Amino acid sequence: MTELSAAPGKGPLIYRQSVWTRVTHWVWAICLFFLLLTGLQIFNAHPSLYIGQQSGFEFDNAVLSIGAVNSDAGPRGQTMVLGHTLDTTGLLGVSGTADRPVFTAFPGAVTIPSYRDLGTGRVVHFFFGWIFVATMLIWFVASFINGHIKRDIVPGGADIRGVPRDVADHATLKFKHGRSYGPLQKLAYFSVFFILFPLIVATGLTMSPGMNAFAPWMLDLFGGRQTARTIHFITMALLVAFFVIHIIMVVAAGPINELRSMITGWYRASPGTPTAQGDKP
Amino acid sequence: MSRLITRRNFLRTSAIAGSGLILAGCDQFDFLADKTGPGRQIMERANVLTYQAQRLIMGDQTLAREYSASEIRQGQRPNGSTDPTTPEYVALRDSNFAGYTLKITGLVQQPQSFTLDQLRNMPARSQITRHDCVEGWSCIAKWTGTPLGPLLDMAMVKPEARYAVYHCYDNIQRTLSGDILYYTSSDLIDAYHPQSLLSYGLNDQVLPVSNGAPIRLRIERALGYKQPKFLHTVELVASLDGFGKGRGGYWEDVGYDWYGGI
Repeated sequence: MTELSAAPGKGPLIYRQSVWTRVTHWVWAICLFFLLLTGLQIFNAHPSLYIGQQSGFEFDNAVLSIGAVNSDAGPRGQTMVLGHTLDTTGLLGVSGTADRPVFTAFPGAVTIPSYRDLGTGRVVHFFFGWIFVATMLIWFVASFINGHIKRDIVPGGADIRGVPRDVADHATLKFKHGRSYGPLQKLAYFSVFFILFPLIVATGLTMSPGMNAFAPWMLDLFGGRQTARTIHFITMALLVAFFVIHIIMVVAAGPINELRSMITGWYRASPGTPTAQGDKP
Repeated sequence: MSRLITRRNFLRTSAIAGSGLILAGCDQFDFLADKTGPGRQIMERANVLTYQAQRLIMGDQTLAREYSASEIRQGQRPNGSTDPTTPEYVALRDSNFAGYTLKITGLVQQPQSFTLDQLRNMPARSQITRHDCVEGWSCIAKWTGTPLGPLLDMAMVKPEARYAVYHCYDNIQRTLSGDILYYTSSDLIDAYHPQSLLSYGLNDQVLPVSNGAPIRLRIERALGYKQPKFLHTVELVASLDGFGKGRGGYWEDVGYDWYGGI
């Protein structure tokens, strides 16, 4: 076989993302968008989080609470986190304008619907919840069979040893576009697929009274229904953090190339990447 | 082609990506609140799937978790209506529910009517369970009452009955054209469930008005809006059409899912 030579100064064009990876990626992106915005709508119906089986109304087991208080300067938004009270006017608790303040925990700009409607929030949340879980199953089976999990997701010993160097490379915005994922990429995606995704589904199901009857051990696993609700919320925040970093990395690493690989599957590798069968120049 | 990431390029692309996020939160998805819209109709099918999936995996008699007495750490938080004002209810309340009867009607061979004393003298069950409000909070309390199932057997439910509709004295919404009364419904599996109590006791006291006196039905594997307070009639029906807006309950008519087990 003759050596394929890429254009000068360019690495080979490699087929990096299978159709399973690409389709599940975008379905998840849509699902998570709706799940987040309807989840915040649902949270707004009772914007407090607790530790334990129940919510303390006559005792205190709240770890987070968002609300509004009156002050001489008008209503103020207040957020309590682990006993510390923060003024979050404009963002949490009270938002909108001074003449037309809106008293919801999260502002309407980040909820679906944009006004209080718990019923609609729940309908949309559960609809996308089903699609999200179905897509997880499809992704897992396909990625197990086509080797995506083994090749790109589960970090090996070499990946763990390569973390310090990869951290240094990222800090200096030097990205290697290889055939497989780098150590930090593997760790990030492993955490999302095998920790955060299962955790957010399981804690969501633990809030269902029907599921509690079917699998009461889930209540014990997460330390009670209200703790499960708190973990569900924290996992959401971690997924949002992942999303922000994910977008920053796509932009920093070359948005056109990264987007193309997640739409068409084809990815321009770094110069010097050894070519293989199936590559394009 | 230069692959350099300059600070300007980076900031510009970040700003474009960021503006998409802000746009996302506007009101363009408010149309999903319209219960007649096709998108909403499709999405509501997911609730049917949830109901069928849970019924499939969960035994009909599987119990909701019961807690120990030490887990009762507070009173049962009253929610929704805490003091109905319908004339019938006010009269009953002022006479300490002396004239109250619970009726079982509809698709039954022997309609039944029970006074409060009769209900209190029937085989009783107490259970310490967790009440989960659809809003997200939970509260553990001890409920005492008589199971609904044997009473349905006394009424001899006809085979064509598919649902039990629970009618209440609760005028939860007062409008210009009159009161809207609270009602909800369940399938017969929940109606016959061993923990489905016609409860008259709460935390070893007589059930107070704020929690649904004289009778509140417990359906322990569902959310709080499936636990009708101020209950007066259980009606067996083949279809939920013709009650309210036909979605099976007051909150269901507003847009909550009928099953309420999630």
